[in-house]
Amino acid sequence: MKKICFYFQVHQPYRLKKYRFFNLGKDHFYFDDFLNRMVLERIAENSYIPMNSLLLDLINQYGDKVKVSFSISGTAIEQFEEYTPSVLDSFVQLSKTKNVEYLAETYSHSLASLKDQDEFYSQVKKHTELVKEKFGTTPTAFRNTELIYSDHIGELVSNLGFNIMLTEGSKNILGWKSPNYLYSNPIKQRVKLLLRNYRLSDDIAFRFPNREWCEYPLDAEKYLSWLRLEQGEVINLFMDYETFGEHIKAENGIFEFMRALIAGIISDPDMELATPTQVANDCQSMGLMFVPHPISWADEERDLSAWLGNDLQNEAFNKLYALRQYVIQANDSGLDRVWQIMQESDHFYYMCTKWFQDGQVHSYFNPFDSPYEAFMNYMNVLSDFEIELKKNNINIKY
Amino acid sequence: MRVLMFGWEFPPHIAGGLGTACYGLTTAMSQQGCEVIFVVPRAYGDEDQRYVKIHNASDVNIRQTYVRDDQFTENLKFIYVDSNLVPYVSPEEWEVLREESKTITKSYSTDLWEGRYNFKGGYGETLMEEVARYAVVASQVAKDLEGQFDVIHAHDWLTYYAGIAAKKVSGKPLVVHIHATEYDRTGENVNTLVYGIEKEGMMAADRVCAVSNLTRKIVIDRYGIPEDKVITVHNGVKFKQVSEEESVEKNIDDKIVTFLGRITYQKGPDYFVEAAAKVLKKMDNVRFVMAGSGDMLNHVIRHVAKLGIADKFHFTGFLKGDDVKKMFAMSDIYIMPSVSEPFGISPLEAMRSNVPVIISKQSGVAEVLDNAIKVDYWDVDALADAIYSLLKYPALHKMMQERGGDEVNTLTWDNAATKIIDVYKSLTK
Repeated sequence: MKKICFYFQVHQPYRLKKYRFFNLGKDHFYFDDFLNRMVLERIAENSYIPMNSLLLDLINQYGDKVKVSFSISGTAIEQFEEYTPSVLDSFVQLSKTKNVEYLAETYSHSLASLKDQDEFYSQVKKHTELVKEKFGTTPTAFRNTELIYSDHIGELVSNLGFNIMLTEGSKNILGWKSPNYLYSNPIKQRVKLLLRNYRLSDDIAFRFPNREWCEYPLDAEKYLSWLRLEQGEVINLFMDYETFGEHIKAENGIFEFMRALIAGIISDPDMELATPTQVANDCQSMGLMFVPHPISWADEERDLSAWLGNDLQNEAFNKLYALRQYVIQANDSGLDRVWQIMQESDHFYYMCTKWFQDGQVHSYFNPFDSPYEAFMNYMNVLSDFEIELKKNNINIKY
Repeated sequence: MRVLMFGWEFPPHIAGGLGTACYGLTTAMSQQGCEVIFVVPRAYGDEDQRYVKIHNASDVNIRQTYVRDDQFTENLKFIYVDSNLVPYVSPEEWEVLREESKTITKSYSTDLWEGRYNFKGGYGETLMEEVARYAVVASQVAKDLEGQFDVIHAHDWLTYYAGIAAKKVSGKPLVVHIHATEYDRTGENVNTLVYGIEKEGMMAADRVCAVSNLTRKIVIDRYGIPEDKVITVHNGVKFKQVSEEESVEKNIDDKIVTFLGRITYQKGPDYFVEAAAKVLKKMDNVRFVMAGSGDMLNHVIRHVAKLGIADKFHFTGFLKGDDVKKMFAMSDIYIMPSVSEPFGISPLEAMRSNVPVIISKQSGVAEVLDNAIKVDYWDVDALADAIYSLLKYPALHKMMQERGGDEVNTLTWDNAATKIIDVYKSLTK
């Protein structure tokens, strides 16, 4: 039986408000509550709520045969609680069906794995605890922010006790190999890797509504025929959850497509749906996958250049992590919350200067007019945060 | 002494410093007994007319032309220039102007020179046409006001054709005033059309006033104007009466070093960044602020990030009115590292707020200030050194504050007015 593994990413950052130099030293509230609420409510209505109820419907209809997995960032869960509790309720409802697997990730969808091992560990633990608290299950599979992965990161993840990890089936690491099998980390060989089939994933997430695409319009029957043709043990279809209803609006027929697709997979005698942990339990690794340099699922390059590709991003990133020792010393829950939020990868994404093919995706949800503006604003906030941190530490000393 | 003066703007309807300078100068002149009729392309009626009589060019009815208009229009009639020709307009304002000019539907009349012409004023797309029309109106004004003035005075290139026309009609001597040359505005990429008008104006003039020795030298070297025709008349400064120094709360303990101005090549922003990096290597409790906007902003941000000082270097974007005051009030040092600055009024505003200033030797204002630290714009080490000293030695900082504050109050327009009236006298003897 060929396994079809759906994993949906759910993440919403806390966006920063316009924070000017004059705010420094007196204004310690950094977030744009209004914008965050507005975005959350809009996406909940367009995407999260209808798609969750579609999945619940299917589960009612087909029972155990429906299997999907989610990774929901800590900052998204916090904002659901704050702004759209009904979304959180429906995710809880999904978790009760046992048809859904929740994955572990970094609490604030951060890039900590690239910079600070200890911070990475503590964020993953924090997120795991949150998932346990909200959904009553302890994650067994891990996915890193934006599917960022390298041999080293695989090792870190293994140290945290995870033996299953999801990443991109990037052409530059796979070469002639197929993403439709499991591979293992060369340092910690018990860590099994599930690789995203980017062609089939992007057929849904990007190309589905594109009228210039030669396969337009895509219907479930056609897509099922592609799945049948695909060689291998598992086809990993990983995508942002906002694809359904937000990036691709309902009027394009994306919900009907998904309903028919999942029903089609279930009724096909040669295919079944599975979650990452089931896949890892049922399939063997086909060999080692060497990834000396980090890869991700972003853009044409499948590298880190969307977050750490220019001087602005690197400067902000280095200045941010230089503050970790002060955060630990301060040991203050308020400051710690800001620290988490400042680490969201989204802030660095907004500073990206590669505005070509992927520019549209980059500008999505982006509250800034230019990467430069994003940088200036971020650094002003970071400066005030630094002043606050250091103030706090002086208080501790005396 | 009675003078017919041509300007392009007058407070409160100004896009930049030219109108302010004209206001300060004419006020001082009138206090010294000089009668000024000030012609602007478009008057709004709410100008301060206590000291000058404002003459609205849009109200002038052209009955016949007294000069052959070909002279002013052969190059200009159908040229609509779409570039920044304006001395003091900020990038933001320029964007607004561009947007405006896009939305205005143009109608070209062949009957260019009859009836009234309603000037748009300002610095729109039809600037060149307005410059030419202004000249035609000027000839009418000179005719209408025959016998009511002894000298003609024209401010910056926009009004030079008007000045020349008035001179032709009336036969009175012409003084042209250079607030900024095309080289100051654009570096070496001069707009030859503007350069041509500037040169023509200066050649036709009986005297050329430059706002600094620096500008005087450019006029002589680059425009080939005979030395004895060009005199330096330094600008003054006229501050608005501040009712009460509002205390601005400074919320951070760190010292603040400020650059405030357009972020363009002429203002030398890169030297400020380099100096900041050097200072930050030696001390920690200081923050650098770049206030303003301009075509080099993104470049400067990258530069700052590359040097790894972005946590201590802040950008405010374009500041308006109260925010400028607030910025000065928060600053411990003000820096103007201009590569080329005909005069430069902003250091004086900083000094007025009791902020010590470091200015480049390549600015006109350096010629009149004693209590400012002056460095070559390219000498980043000297600049860093000066910043460090001012921050580290409170005695120096305090002395500069006090003496600078006193000095700036002596830089009135009176000296400029006296000098200009002397020029008039020498011409009308």
